[in-house]
Amino acid sequence: MKKVLTGNFAAAYGATAAKVNVISAYPITPQTTIVEILSEIVADGELNAEFVKVESEHSALACCIGAQATGARTFTATSSQGLALMHELIHWAARARLPIIMVNVNRAMAPGWSIWADATDSISQRDTGWIQMYCENNQEVFDTVLMSYKISESESVMLPALINLDAFFLSHTSQVVDLYNEARIDQFLSKYDPKIKLDVDDPHAFGALTSPEHYYEFSYKMHEAQINAIRVIKEVGQEFGKIFGRTYDLTESYRCDDAELILVSYGTIAGTAKEAVDQMRNSGIVVGVLKIRYFRPFPTEDVIKALHPAKKVGVIDRAVSYGQSGPFFNEIRSTLYHESTPLYGFIAGLGGRDVSTHDIENMVDIMQNDPAQDLIWIGVKNVD
Amino acid sequence: MSTEVKAKKRSIKLTLPEDEIMCPGHLACQGCGATIAMRYALKALGPKTITAIPACCWAVIDGPFPYSAASIPVYHCAFETAASTASGISHGLSSLGKTDVTTLAWAGDGGTFDIGIQALSGAAERGDNMIYVVYDNEAYMNTGIQRSSSTPHGAWTTTTPVKHYKKGPKKNIMEIMVAHHIPYCATANIAFPEDFVKKLQKAKTMKGMKFIHLYAPCPTGWKHPPRNTVKIARLATETNVFPIYEVENGVYKINKRIKTPKPVSEYLKLQGRFRHLTADVIDFIQQGVNDRLTRIEKLEQAFGANSQDSPTS
Repeated sequence: MKKVLTGNFAAAYGATAAKVNVISAYPITPQTTIVEILSEIVADGELNAEFVKVESEHSALACCIGAQATGARTFTATSSQGLALMHELIHWAARARLPIIMVNVNRAMAPGWSIWADATDSISQRDTGWIQMYCENNQEVFDTVLMSYKISESESVMLPALINLDAFFLSHTSQVVDLYNEARIDQFLSKYDPKIKLDVDDPHAFGALTSPEHYYEFSYKMHEAQINAIRVIKEVGQEFGKIFGRTYDLTESYRCDDAELILVSYGTIAGTAKEAVDQMRNSGIVVGVLKIRYFRPFPTEDVIKALHPAKKVGVIDRAVSYGQSGPFFNEIRSTLYHESTPLYGFIAGLGGRDVSTHDIENMVDIMQNDPAQDLIWIGVKNVD
Repeated sequence: MSTEVKAKKRSIKLTLPEDEIMCPGHLACQGCGATIAMRYALKALGPKTITAIPACCWAVIDGPFPYSAASIPVYHCAFETAASTASGISHGLSSLGKTDVTTLAWAGDGGTFDIGIQALSGAAERGDNMIYVVYDNEAYMNTGIQRSSSTPHGAWTTTTPVKHYKKGPKKNIMEIMVAHHIPYCATANIAFPEDFVKKLQKAKTMKGMKFIHLYAPCPTGWKHPPRNTVKIARLATETNVFPIYEVENGVYKINKRIKTPKPVSEYLKLQGRFRHLTADVIDFIQQGVNDRLTRIEKLEQAFGANSQDSPTS
């Protein structure tokens, strides 16, 4: 079944398709319509779930943690300040090895108040142990929510996942989304049945005081689970393709095979970059795009392979690691440590400023003519 | 003949459940009131109980990984999330059709009066189905005796040192919770286990948020010998420092009426944390205790079972 949906509706329908048991969320622009549509779906009985309308994002995630620990499948969604408020529990959910799925609408951090796209909110959660991915379009939002349950609940993973979509560019923009039929979804995603849960017939204490004797190994196992997730994401992406006709991987190469210049990006900027690449190819510039879907686990091997043909690589970040450079740029530079490829780090579109095909052509122009540089601010104006 | 009579008198019928669900071998200090509290709570609620415990003494008392003294599922949760984690547990269980399990949020006064009050207020307003017990030892004891908003006037703590002892009364958590119009709010005291157990058993039969404010002395923080824990707890009620009452669906009832209250000085003098107090401060504390009791009595007169007015809710 195809429908014209915003990214937020696609996210809500993804959670509905996954037949979650408990939803707990709090409104924040531009995530709010996810909460609205889900409360309607639950109230109408279209989804047999409990919706806990909490008094803060902090309680939203705490509630998902408690519910998931009983063996229920949970969903929450937030954005920016809400995600930051959850930070303590973002760590908690991962260390508790609870496969909670959270959609985050990427929005800039205040002050000044901004409701527009910026990935700094999710990038700030980098070292929490969550699987973290970025969507380019609304179909990918729906598909990824559904796939994430299968990935996160895999016995070799058991980690929560954060699915990011750009504020307004996806959250409030309508696109055609194929929602599939229930029978095929049931064939793809089975019931959540964790080995260990809160159970009065098999009582355990969860998360007790942990000495240096044990804590270290818990951390080791979390990293191991992240590395396992690389394989599981690929397997689930293949299986998804077989059932639904769309195959997914940790990265997506667009016209990279023969590319002399490759632009690396994520989210909606990757989509704009594809369009710019088509235009530039028509003018004889041999350029491609590597879209990174997963920031954690970071697809190191795939990135090395994909970027190998490039003579030069540029990375476009809609976020900054202040005092260093773009966060994705840092990853790429670290990944290509053994290569001598000149790297260009572009910062663009912070706080929702538009990143046009023209801006991307401008970046390619810099790559063609200027020496490599870690930090290039695109379109900065009126700075003394 | 006389010994026979005495023996007969001693054979009092045991009103507390005999089952010991809490195990020995926990990590509490000697004479810990919070440990006595959990022992009775589990007797009252039985093994089909899941508890959420935030950062508080009980995060340690239950034992380090992989041990647990509670013998029921324990979910250690973040400091301010006893109520919100318990909301999740309660909704998770009900979404899976498990309706015969009690969800117990078990937090200290810091995690309830201070950092956890937002989550508690939210869960209470939503009517999430749980029993929330705050075991009140009137300071942050687990971090080493720092003042909380439950610390009473006059008390020494490490952040209210003797020269600058805590000024101002403790927060009235009962009235805050009553104002949420929840089905059941009650105070209880570890020195009166029958009353505490009865209240938990009653709460277990009710739906929604049930709140119990439990008085639990801390020998380490209050500076008294472990052997005096129950004695001091009993004195707290006998002096009306901690009155025992309940508010069921808006109806107030004082459960323990003290006919001849003892002066607060008898309660204060047994505790090192009040050792520095002068006679005028003790008078001031006595006045506060009298005023608070009068307030509860007036509420009972106005909104008790025998009052003319129907309770507001």
